[in-house]
Order: sequence, then C-alpha cells, then structure tokens
Amino acid sequence: MSDFETAAASELHSATPGLQGEPGAPGQPQTMESATKVRSAAADAWRELRRNALFWIALAIVLVILVMACWPSLFTSADPNSCSLNNQMAGPSAGAPFGYDFQGCNVWAHAVYGTRNSLLIGAGAAILAGVLAMVIGMIAGFFGGWIDAVVSRIVDIVLAIPLLLGAIVLMKRIPSDSQSLRLTALIGILGVLGWTTAARVVRSSVITAKQQDYVSAARMLGAGNGRIMWRHIMPNVLAPFLVIITIALGAFIASEATLSFLGVGLKPPSISWGSDIATARVHMREKITPLAVPSVFLALTVLAFIMLGDAIREAFDPKLR
Amino acid sequence: MTGPQTDFPAARASTPRLLEVDDLYVEFHTRDGIAKVINGVSYHLDPGETLAVLGESGSGKSVTAQTIMGILDIPPGKVTGGRILYQDRDLLKMSKEERRQIRGQEIAMIFQDALSALNPVFTVGNQISETLRKRKGLSKSDATRRAVELMDLVKIPGARARIKDYPHQFSGGMRQRVMIAMALALDPKVLIADEPTTALDVTVQAQIMDLLADLRRDLNMGMILITHDLGVVADVADRIAVMYAGRIVEHADVHALYKKPAHPYTEGLLDSIPRLDSKGAELATIKGLPPNLMKPPTGCAFNPRCKYAKDICVTDVPPLLQLGDGRTSACHFAKELLDGRL
Amino acid sequence: MAVSETASKGETILEVENLVKHFPIRQGILFKKKIGDVKAVDGVSFELRKGETLGIVGESGCGKSTVAKLLMRLETPTAGRAKLHGRDIYKMGGSELRRLRRNVQMVMQDPYTSLNPRMTVGDIIGEPYEIHTDVAPKGDRQRRVQELLELVGLNPEHINRYPHQFSGGQRQRIGIARALALRPEVIVCDEPVSALDVSIQAQVINLLEKLQDEFGLSYIFIAHDLSVVRHISDRVGVMYLGKIVEIGTEDEIYSRPTHPYTQALLSAVPVPDPEARAHREVIRLEGDVPSPANPPSGCRFRTRCWKAQERCVTEEPLLILRPAADNHLSACHFAEQRHVVA
Repeated sequence: MSDFETAAASELHSATPGLQGEPGAPGQPQTMESATKVRSAAADAWRELRRNALFWIALAIVLVILVMACWPSLFTSADPNSCSLNNQMAGPSAGAPFGYDFQGCNVWAHAVYGTRNSLLIGAGAAILAGVLAMVIGMIAGFFGGWIDAVVSRIVDIVLAIPLLLGAIVLMKRIPSDSQSLRLTALIGILGVLGWTTAARVVRSSVITAKQQDYVSAARMLGAGNGRIMWRHIMPNVLAPFLVIITIALGAFIASEATLSFLGVGLKPPSISWGSDIATARVHMREKITPLAVPSVFLALTVLAFIMLGDAIREAFDPKLR
Repeated sequence: MTGPQTDFPAARASTPRLLEVDDLYVEFHTRDGIAKVINGVSYHLDPGETLAVLGESGSGKSVTAQTIMGILDIPPGKVTGGRILYQDRDLLKMSKEERRQIRGQEIAMIFQDALSALNPVFTVGNQISETLRKRKGLSKSDATRRAVELMDLVKIPGARARIKDYPHQFSGGMRQRVMIAMALALDPKVLIADEPTTALDVTVQAQIMDLLADLRRDLNMGMILITHDLGVVADVADRIAVMYAGRIVEHADVHALYKKPAHPYTEGLLDSIPRLDSKGAELATIKGLPPNLMKPPTGCAFNPRCKYAKDICVTDVPPLLQLGDGRTSACHFAKELLDGRL
Repeated sequence: MAVSETASKGETILEVENLVKHFPIRQGILFKKKIGDVKAVDGVSFELRKGETLGIVGESGCGKSTVAKLLMRLETPTAGRAKLHGRDIYKMGGSELRRLRRNVQMVMQDPYTSLNPRMTVGDIIGEPYEIHTDVAPKGDRQRRVQELLELVGLNPEHINRYPHQFSGGQRQRIGIARALALRPEVIVCDEPVSALDVSIQAQVINLLEKLQDEFGLSYIFIAHDLSVVRHISDRVGVMYLGKIVEIGTEDEIYSRPTHPYTQALLSAVPVPDPEARAHREVIRLEGDVPSPANPPSGCRFRTRCWKAQERCVTEEPLLILRPAADNHLSACHFAEQRHVVA
C-alpha cells in the first residue's frame, strides 16, 4: 500500500524507514521493545477511520437501521397492517407520532416495518452482485487473454442496460400475487444487472496485484494459481471491493424504492418505503408526513451506506492521507 | 584555531554571494511526531562553480533544495530557522509573488524524473515557449524561435523538427535535455540539479553530465548538484558538501576531500564503494542504519555507526571545525582523522 | 555454441544455449493482429560453473532482465535451451519442475515491491516451506525461518513484523532469506543492490559473498553498475540489444576489453577520483540505443560505433575467440584491446 510516492514527497518518503523507528541494525544492540508498534495496513486504516466523524455517524445510522430491520417491534408497538379508515389522515397520537395516512395506517409503524424489506433487498442484491463480481472479475483479471476479452465485452453489454429500465421490463413479467416471489425476483434482477461496476474494480485490482514483484516471487517458489490468488491477490482486492459493494448496497435500496414507487417493485400488502412514498404522493397536498417519513428513512439509509463506503475507501487509500 | 582564510560559513566576504544558505532548520510534522530533517545547514554558491551536495536518502539534501526553490510541501514541512540569501536578499522573507519571480528567472531546478516533470499532453516546444511568452512577454514566433535555440543549446538533434513532438516521443536522455532546456529558458543564474542522471544509463549519464558542465561554464551559472553518486561528484564538482541526518558533516574542495576525508562518514562512504579499476578485497562497510529523525541519537548523529566513536560523541554535538582553505568538518576528532592519528 | 574454456573453477551446472525471447507487438481490441516483435533477447549463450559468479552488465533495454525471467521460467523462450545439470529446464514438468524451483532462486531488485506488504516476515520467509511441504516438517518451520533471519543478519525475534517496518537494506536481506530457504544451487540476482543507499550496498554485497562461500552458491549477477559487477563477479558478460557482445573473466573484460561497446561503457563510468578527470580516456557515444523492435542489420552496435565499416552492416559479428582478445569471446569484426580503466 505504501508504494505510492509522489515526486514532491519522495524525500520525506525515503526518509520514512528512519522516521518509523528502525529496529536496530544487525550486530547492534537491539532496543526493539521500545522502538516500534506493530502496524499493518488494516491497522493503519483503522487509525484513520477512528478519527473520522462521518464514519461514526454513518456507522450509527446503519446499526440503528439494522436493529430496526431485525426487531421492528422495539421501535413501535403498533401493528403496521391494522389500518382503519376511522383513522384516515388523523393527526399524531400516542403510538403514532406522525399520525395516519389516507388508508388510516400508522405512518411511523409503516416506515419502521418497511425497513426490513428495503434492507433485505438491498443486502440480498449486494451479496449476489458481490459474488458475481468477485468470481467473474477475479477470473478475467487473473487469467487475462481471451477470457478477459470475452468477460470485458459481457460487462460492457450489461453496463449498457440501464439498471432501472431493465428492472422495470423484467419485473413486469413477474406475477404480482406472490409477494415473496416478487421479493426474490427483485433481489435477483438488481443483483444480475448491478454487478458490473464491482467486477471492473475487482478485475483492475487483480491486474495491478498480479504484476507485483511478490507475486512473481511466489511463482518462482513454485506456488500454484490457487495459492497466488488466495494469499497474494485476494487481500489486495478486498478493500476496494468492500467499498464498492457498500456503496452499491445503498444504490440497490434506492432502486428498490424507485421500482416500488413506479408500481413494479413490491406491492401492498408488502410494506416498503418505495410503495409508501408512491401511495402518499397522491395526497401530499393534504398531509406531508406520510410522504416525508419514509423519504427521510430512505435518504438517511442510502446516505449512510455511501458515506460508510467513502470513509473506508479514504482510510485504505494512502494517497488521500 | 582557524587559518587566515575562513570563508565558510561565518565570515562573509565583501562581495555578496550568489546564493547562501545560512543555518537552515526544517522540520516535518507527521502524525507519528516531528522529524527534524534539516538541522542547521549552511552552504554558499558563487557564479560559475559547481557545488555537490552528497548524501543518502533521508539526509535532507533534496529538502534543502526544495526549500531554496520554495517548493517544499508546507505542511508537513516547516522552516523553523535560518536564512536563504540570494544576492543578499532573504528568500524566506519574500512575498509569494517575489519568490515566484525568483523561481525560474534566477534559480531553476531540474529533477531526476523528467517524464513526470513534463506535461504529457503538450508538445515540448509548446511547453518551452509558453514559459517564454508568459514570463518574458515574447511574441509567439519569437518564443518558438528561442525554444529552438534552447533545444539546440542542449544538443537535441533536429531541434526544429522535434519541437512538435510530445514528451513520450523522446528517450530518457533526450527528455532530460528537454527539461534542462526548459530550466534554462529564463536565463537563471543558479541551476539546482537534483539527481539529474540517477534514472539514466551510464553512457547517457556521461552525455548529460558533460552537457551540464559545458552549460555551466558557457553561461557562467552556479550549479548545485544533488547526488548520492561519489563518482559523478568526482567528475564535475568544485566543492562538495556531505550531508548526514540533516547536517553538513563535511565541506571541502573536491580534491582535498577525496584525498583525505575529514569526517568518519565520508571516509566510510569512500571505503564502501567497489572500484572499477580493481576487483578489490572485501568491502568495508558502515555498520548499522541511518538514524531515526524522530529520535536522533544524542551528541553526534553518526555516533552509533562510527568506528571511532568515543564518550564525547554521545554527549556533545560536534561543532563545525574550521580546517583551513574553507574546509569544515562536524567531527570532534576531525584534525586527528586528517593527521592519521585516529 | 558454448565454447568450453579449460580454466574452470568447478563443474558446469547451468548451460544456456542460444536463448531467444521475442515479445509480439499487437494491435487491435478484440482480435489482436501481430505487427512486429520486440527482440528482447536474441541468441544468448553462456555457462555457469559451480561456486562462481557470472556478472551480466548492460544498459536498460539490453535484455538482461529478460534473461533473468527466462532462467526463472517466468517467461517461456521463443527458442533456445537452458540446461541445469544437463536437463533442459523448459521441458520440465511436475516433480522435476518442483525440484527446479528448489534449485534455482532469485533475488529481485526492488525490496519494496518484492515482499507482500500484508504478510509478516515469518510468513514471507516460511512460504517456500508451505509450498514445498516435504522440505521441512511443520513444527520445524519457525525454527528454520529464525535461523534464516539470523543468517542474513536480522534479529530472529522480528519474525512477526511486517515489511514496512524494515529499511530497504533490511528488506533486501529478507528477500535473500526467502531465496535461501530451499537451499538452492543457483541464485539469479537481478539488480539486487541498485535500489539501496551507498552505505547499505556494501553490507548486502558482503552478505551475498559470505553466503556464496558458506553454501557454495553460484550466482548470476545482473546489474548496470559496472564497479559492483567487477567486485563480485568471476566472469562478466556484456549485453547490448539482446546479445552478448563480449564475455570473459572479470580481468579480461575490465583490463583488456576488446569490444568498442565494452570500452565505451567502461569509459563512461564516473570514477570516484577527481585526479583522474584530466588523464582519463573519454569515449562518448552519440545518440541512443536503437529500438529492439527494429535492430540494425549486421552488428547491432554499428550505428553508434566509431569503428563501423561496410562489413559491419552486412555481416553479423559472431561471439567467438578473436586473436586480439587473448583468451575471451568478443563479437566485433575489429576487436582489439584498449585500456580504458585507469
């Protein structure tokens, strides 16, 4: 990681062996215990992250959202599905801090319970896209040649399909009666259409790592492809990969909301922020909270994931320090 | 204790020096602490002479040059003391605009890596003439004519045609010539060459060093040659300043220094390089490693590696001993070393 | 091809015969069309004897690093053979290839990129044992790694540190320890000291010499620094544009060079002796090395050679014994001894 040197800083850099506190030279009395702390690239990144306020804010939001998705009842005692027209557009009350929407559903409870589906789809699509990107990017980058040429063209083609447009067309063909099927389909479609950017990142990281002298050194020792990929290349790919997948997770959550808003994602009675926003939009002149609450949830969650990804990227990138 | 003629560094001659660095201190503030990179460096340069600043990585030789040029990164760098006098004016007290004027027109610099010093998307002619138009107010055609002259001056064959080429179309040696031409565009009086031939092959290095020596003589420039190569220094330098851990440990006429070093570090360096004219026996080495500039050794910074080190070397920072003829050494036992009594 | 010389130090263990490596130049995106070849190595032959050091010198682009990669089987040759104990290494597979890996190892140039920054020193030096599990039983590996650390002059307690905690010279020691782990017979050293500071170079050179004596290693020592090569080598080959132009004992090449390129190369090396400035013979080559994609016909050096005649254009000079070169091989039609090193 520390191989990046800028011309201006090179003198400083070349001085760093001295700056870092040398372990004593051969034949010299060693005072190693007092000299240095062991620090790896990951430890360096952690030092950097710890000082970043944005990282802590993003992490806090993500943790709250995570807890909300797993145990929504911790945040509201109301049942999101017990809607009553008696409460149509009613104002705030106990257990319903933001009142009720046009269907007479509890706005707060609905948003809280919507978290699970949004996060499920976002995480599911991110995992699927991540696995595809890792496997395909690794193979293309490592083996190169015609395999790389073919994979790169496939990536270009998939990249040319707009994510939302493709998803709309495909989701139209999924029967609307089974909500669990629609959820799985959403994950599948977003994942299959959304792996390409990450695959490119993986591929280029693999190519960079592959050319490192220490990979040649391992090869000269007789190490096989598996060992080289696992021990020497994978660790270099992991950091940029995790960053891009974290950011993608945010984007997938936003995509789900957009699709549900357009009526091709999850449909009632499934609760999701996107469909909540869609139904509330019609009545936004009369009452703003049924639109605002899920919108804020959505915006905060997406932002938190993107901020988290950015913070980690900055921490791992020595050039930005 | 000093000879009648001590021109370095304290006693000032009546005529102003071309360039004089006086007791310079520079620190780097990093997250791991403060590194004292330059610790009281003084040297001077007269017109038409070559001063070699010799040192290993981390010795502070390039940082001194960057401070003179005003291209030191601040932060992390910080000048904490001293003066840099150019024709008796202190560069460190000047405004940014004044320093910009000095840079290029009075003091120019060339670097080790010509490729990254040139802009890849403009032709070399464009890059040379742009400086001339901006800084000297030449017309477009005058600037182009001057650019061709400059490329002729640095002996680029077919300069008139090559002016339209991009940096990547030049070989390493030719790129270095282009960078020298750019540095000479504004007729500087001081040329700082920071490891100008380190990235080049020996036959090309010889060509470039010849060129620099010719230019220095023909244009009567003062040249500061920063290098780690004892061979290059012996070939071209008049005087030599050896740096170690941010200090000049020895300063001398080049003939005197190679004949008999007055500092154990210089002696160690000269003994540790293999020779071209004989296979030689086992190489002498300087034990250990360069010091940690965050926690430099007490006393003399070289004491943990010095084969002559005594108690005083650990307790007292050695002063600059005047050894006559402008020669100085920062060793408690410089005179004994010179007389062969160590 | 290889002419056997009678004065042998030991038995021949590696024989390289007419090794050729051409890299295709391709154009196009999906269907790449071959438009030419870079003739990086173009018919190189030499032999290596047990316990000796063969130096290979030349400027960048002469193909010396490609020779190293070919010997390590990081690249497959376009033609030619390299026989280790009589067996062609390019025909090896399976267990024989694994034995080759144990027998021939390499020390690389850049101590910063040749060690995986995410692995501890123990894991780096221990990796050979993980790959060749039969060399050392699992429980024995840590002890062996610590022995190796001690052998190369590092503190065995530093086994759990990461490469960035060491200086350049110490990292190069780690690289040497890794190369030694499998107790090879041959170590290819590709510019092993050129990234190091002068005072550290000598330490590493001495270490390599000590290890050679201790384990009877044979070295192929590739470098551009002619002084370093003379110091460490028993025999030296000079490469230019993919070919060996002259090869002989260290004394023959440095004291009695016969090829004009060798003479020019030696004359270009700056000597750390300012007194030599005046009376050194100077041969300055004009221009740059031609592109290896399109080398000159006949003798490849003729475009820069002051002796070139019609014959050099039409007839390629072979690397053979020449009358003027008492007992060594030279690839010049007009080979004659000339004393260039003071």
